[in-house]
This record gives sequence, C-alpha cells and structure tokens, in this order.
Amino acid sequence: MLLKNWWKILSFFFLLYTFTAGFLGSVPVKPILNETIRNLYFHVAMWMVMMIFFIVSVVYSIRYLRHNKPVDDIYATEYARTGIVFGFLGLITGSVWAKYTWGDFWSNDPKQLGAAIALLIYLAYFVLRNSLTDLDKAGRISAVYNVFAFAMLFPTIWIIPRLVESLHPGGMGNPALNTKDIDSRMRMIFYFGAIPGWALLGVWISTLRIRMQMFALNHQTNG
Amino acid sequence: MLKNYGLIFTLIKKDVLLEFRQQYSFYGILLYVASTIFVLYLAMGQPENMVWNGLFWMMQLFICVNAVAKTFLQEGKGRQLYFYSLCSPLHFMMARMIFNAILMLLMNLISLLLFILLLGSPLNHTILFLGISCFGACSISLVFSFLAAIAARAQQNAALMAILGFPLIIPELMLMMRLSSLAFSDVFQSGLTSIVLLLACFDLLVVLLAAILFPFLWKE
Repeated sequence: MLLKNWWKILSFFFLLYTFTAGFLGSVPVKPILNETIRNLYFHVAMWMVMMIFFIVSVVYSIRYLRHNKPVDDIYATEYARTGIVFGFLGLITGSVWAKYTWGDFWSNDPKQLGAAIALLIYLAYFVLRNSLTDLDKAGRISAVYNVFAFAMLFPTIWIIPRLVESLHPGGMGNPALNTKDIDSRMRMIFYFGAIPGWALLGVWISTLRIRMQMFALNHQTNG
Repeated sequence: MLKNYGLIFTLIKKDVLLEFRQQYSFYGILLYVASTIFVLYLAMGQPENMVWNGLFWMMQLFICVNAVAKTFLQEGKGRQLYFYSLCSPLHFMMARMIFNAILMLLMNLISLLLFILLLGSPLNHTILFLGISCFGACSISLVFSFLAAIAARAQQNAALMAILGFPLIIPELMLMMRLSSLAFSDVFQSGLTSIVLLLACFDLLVVLLAAILFPFLWKE
C-alpha cells in the first residue's frame, strides 16, 4: 500500500507544509500587498497547476490521435476537467486578492480577461464532447479541438499580457508574478510545497475519475 | 508540386462555380450584411470613432460565422464522401481556406463601403484601414474555416461554431481593434509592424495546424 500510494501521502504532507508554513511563516513587508502576499501559495500555484494539467491533456489528445486507444481519450478529458477546476479556483482566489489590493473583485484587467477566455475555451471543449454521441467520433473530434485550442490560446496568453498595460505584477518578462517581490523563504514554500502539493492532489483527483470512467467503459463494452 | 497547386486551384474553381450556380446563398449573406448595417445605422446614427471601430469588427465576426459556416454546413454526407474519394484532405482544406478568405475579403470590402456610406467615415487613414481590415478578414476566415470543419462533423450544428469560435477569436480580434485604431488618430503612430508580424505568425500557425489536424477530422 505504501509502495503504491506514497505520492498521495507526499501530497498530504506538501499541503500541510504549505498551509502551516504559508500562514505562520514570515513574509517580506510590502506596501499595498501586506499580508495578502501569502495568497501566492494558492492563487499562483493554482494557475501553474492548471497549466500543467492542460499540457498533460493535450499530450494525451495527441497520443489518442496517433494510436487511437480509448484510454488516452479518457486521460485527456479527465485532466482537462481537473485543469478547469483549478482554473476556477485560481480565478476565485485571484479576485479575492484583487479585492484587497486593486480594490475590486473584477476590474477588466487584461489578465483576468485572458483567464476567463481560457476557461470559456475549455468549457466549449466539453460542450463539443457532449454534443457527440458516438464515442470514437467524440474522442477524435474533441482531441482535434483540444490541440487546436491549446495551440491558439497559450501563445496569446503568453504574448498579449506583454503588450498591454495591466495591474497584475510582472508586466515585463514573466507574465505571472514579479520575482523580485518574494524572498528565498517564500520561494522555498512555493516551489517545494505549494506547486508539487497541489499538482499531486490534482493527479489524485484525476486518477480517481479516470478509474471511474475506465470502469464505465469496460462495463459498456463487455455488457 | 505544380500538380498540387493545380489540384487546389481546381477545388477553388469548383467552389466559385458552385457560388455562381447557387446564387441565392451568396445574395443571402449580402442581404444579411446590408440589413444588419442598416439596423446599426437606425440604432446608432453616426457613432464616434471607437464605437465605429468596435461595431465594424463585430460585424466582421458575425459575417464570417455566417459566410464560412455555410460553405461547410451546406454539404451533405454524400457529397463529402464524394470529395473523400476524389482528393486528399490537405488539398481540400487548403482550397477551402483560400476560398473562404476570398469570400471574406469581398464581404469585408462591401461592408466597409456600407459602413462609410451609412455610419459616416471617421477614418483619417482610409487606405491603412482598408489594408488592416482585409488582413483581419483573412485571419478571421482562416480560424473559422477550421472551426466550421469541426462543427460540421458534430451533427451540422451551426450554434456550436459560435460556442467554439468566439472565445478563441477574442485575442485576435482585440489585436485587430488595437491595430485598426491607429487609422483613426491624427498622427501616425508606431507599433504597427510588431502587431502585424505577430498576427501573420498567428495565421501561419492556424494554417499549419489545419493542415496537420484536418486529416483526422476527415476520416470516418
């Protein structure tokens, strides 16, 4: 059991570390940001994890198109689903953060809009999937859309924020965060606690759903 | 190589011929353009610059969805099977994209003319705006050609195309509006070339992706 499930336990300890060290640890004192800087462990980590899952989903979609195995399609769908959940959490934590730093939950900032667009695109992916009843056809067409949407979306998410003014930190270079604002202590919790912790939790959720879908698929094919 | 161009050209010729034979659908879109712009004129009169710009690009978007969707959605299953036996998916898709781009260019010119006639002309650099709008119309039509191919597979659902396409096209449309707002200003501003280059790369990416992915949509 321990050999098979060690990463789930690891995820638990990573998140425990993130929550305790994240809320109790010392942070650099910055004007405007103040204590809200702790949201870095949640908000920024959510987006990174969402990005990881969308990339995983696209890789499985490409594999599905190449080898045509139904398993790959299930993987692609479920990772996209978990990605959307993390995307919504990122949006919510982001707007709470925005309320306390920019003064409003939603201020039509280019990055907020970009995030909303990204979520709309992936919701459209599920609408497309569900509009097709034939399993094989649904898999192939939604895989094509997944690859197309990913390739169209992410260049714009990485390029457009660099062209327009934004309230969000990191206008030049890194679009997500201003690396000068955090110190080595925070970096430690962020890279060795929050990101792997949330990512492993997401994998855990996805594998559960994948197992369920596989069971349904076997049930369908074997009567 | 020459044979490839010949094939694509033949396919485009076929599409153009079809347009001439079934003129009702072409006039249908034309009427759609004219009546929508007329309604806009009745609703807004002669709006100010930024509103004019925004309305123009929204018009392009809706024209594109209608014009491009038509080319894929009007084909029955039987005809698609016939094409399947005749030519490769690559040729078919490329011909479709070029044809749609030409159709969209025509519609763009007509709608620009109607906009200037009815909604007034706040443009300071008309030629520049003409160039940008032609470029934009081509870009939008490329993206929607591929999305129409996807939507056509999904039970010929035209509403699906809007759901799939609108979020995807927003970033490109925003860049287009930013670019075309240069045509309204009195002094010529810089910053044109980098956005144009970016959009050109974007178009290239769309064409490449369509070439790679369309064969998977094609086989059934």
